[in-house]
Amino acid sequence: MTEDSRAVEISNVANVTMHGGAHAWRRRRESVIYALLVLLSLIPILTTFGIIYVLFSQAFAFFMEVPIMEFLMGTKWSPLLIPRSFGVLPLLVGTLLVTVAGMFIAVPVGLGSAIFLSEYASPRARRWLKPLIEILAGIPTVVYGYLALLFITPIIRSIFPQANAFNALSAAIAVGIMIVPMIASLSEDALAAVPSSLREAAYALGANKYEVITKVVVPTASSGIAASFVLGISRAIGETMIVTLAAGATPNLTLNPLESIQTVTAFIVQISLGETPWGSLAYKTIFATGALLFVLTMLMNLLAVRITKSKGRF
Amino acid sequence: MTARVKIDDLCAWFGDQQVLYDISTSIKDRAVTAIIGPSGCGKSTFIRCLNRMHETIPNAHRTGQVLIDNADIYDHTVDPVTIRQRIGMVFQKPNPFPRMSIYDNVVAGFRLNGTARRVNLDQIVEESLRQAALWEQVKDRLKEPGASLSGGQQQRLCIARALAIKPEVLLMDEPCSALDPAATHRIEDLIHKLKKNYAIVVVTHNMQQAARISGDTGFFLDGTLVEFGRTKGIFTNPKDKRTEDYITGRFG
Repeated sequence: MTEDSRAVEISNVANVTMHGGAHAWRRRRESVIYALLVLLSLIPILTTFGIIYVLFSQAFAFFMEVPIMEFLMGTKWSPLLIPRSFGVLPLLVGTLLVTVAGMFIAVPVGLGSAIFLSEYASPRARRWLKPLIEILAGIPTVVYGYLALLFITPIIRSIFPQANAFNALSAAIAVGIMIVPMIASLSEDALAAVPSSLREAAYALGANKYEVITKVVVPTASSGIAASFVLGISRAIGETMIVTLAAGATPNLTLNPLESIQTVTAFIVQISLGETPWGSLAYKTIFATGALLFVLTMLMNLLAVRITKSKGRF
Repeated sequence: MTARVKIDDLCAWFGDQQVLYDISTSIKDRAVTAIIGPSGCGKSTFIRCLNRMHETIPNAHRTGQVLIDNADIYDHTVDPVTIRQRIGMVFQKPNPFPRMSIYDNVVAGFRLNGTARRVNLDQIVEESLRQAALWEQVKDRLKEPGASLSGGQQQRLCIARALAIKPEVLLMDEPCSALDPAATHRIEDLIHKLKKNYAIVVVTHNMQQAARISGDTGFFLDGTLVEFGRTKGIFTNPKDKRTEDYITGRFG
């Protein structure tokens, strides 16, 4: 072997080792990143399970003392004042009253703006309006709460003098306005996803624009639109700040929106801020009502997922 | 054979961009007219001007006349909706309404404009599906969704849907380009039968298809109608050098 060829061979060996070293290091780095990502993604999952565990174990402790049927069917809610009573219906009806009345505003306004954006607005106008509507969704709910209390309530009381200073209607209107951007944005996505070939087919059959929208575009997007409604309901059920500020703090089994009521969420705020002794029965009501809310909103969200999955093929 | 549709100095634009230049020709009744040309030459826009579909696209407009039985479809007294009922259209990709059954798809034209109560729907469904050579295959499952059919069947369903409203002219925009050869063959057979009753205009990429099905052929290039005449003449003895280059496969 000549001097030269040996030098080449040595440099080749050096090359290979260097190469192998870099490769091993890169592989180690990959597995570290992999482990880190797994760890990070476990955090929200474990947190969720932790919340569910705390919620239901404390709720279970509550139901050891109060029969579950008494809780679900009882018509009087008075967990602090003696004689105590743990019927959740007044809170539940309060929540549903605000939700249903809120949806009466959110559905027509939200769907109407979605149809306008998707079918009538020029592409230029849509580029401006859609982000604007989505910004509305970012307004803190405490602002909506004060809007209800200081602006909507006086208007309601000037029309209905018998209305309470805190009333369900005012909160429901604010909740409805709060949900509009969500329904508008999600429904617009659903409408925009309807293939233009279907609009063309309808036009070519001699339909006018109104007929194309009401008989082809909206029915085709109906699953996405329904899902946006359900998510809106879920959001209204869980809404806390607006109802705490504007709807009152009177557990009141009524369907009259002009009266003061209390929702499930507003009750949880009230009792969390009070001087409820840790571990007492009143303290455990937080978890019982919290578990009820959790079940309600989870059912709604599952329903939304189901509706979206049943989407017809285009 | 008489001319059914006359086109006079037709120009069309998308916004500022002109896509058709001074097209003048005529479409014969009870015959098939093929429109050929490379992609982007304006052939789809041309037939979309014949039933006023062009104007449904934002910023699209046109000038010139399209006469059916000597009446201008662009006259300001004419409602585009009635024109589209007289001139049916079948699209490139089968587009049955996904939320409607086979039955409802066929009578969609009546359901959409609210005239369903004035006609005998059952009879129209059977007639139209028979005309589209689909009746035997679907008569026992009319309530199933239109999307459950195969691609070729969906396209025939779309043809039945277009025929149901009794058009006088049928426009077909590359009706076979999304279909396999067997389904294509069936659609071509169907076109052959339908020409006994309708004036048919077929846009196609496929020159063999144009040669097989049509009596007249128009060759479009860059928004102009380069040559128009009997199909046999165009394919055996083209007058224009560009037509010859295209049909011999030298470009496009």
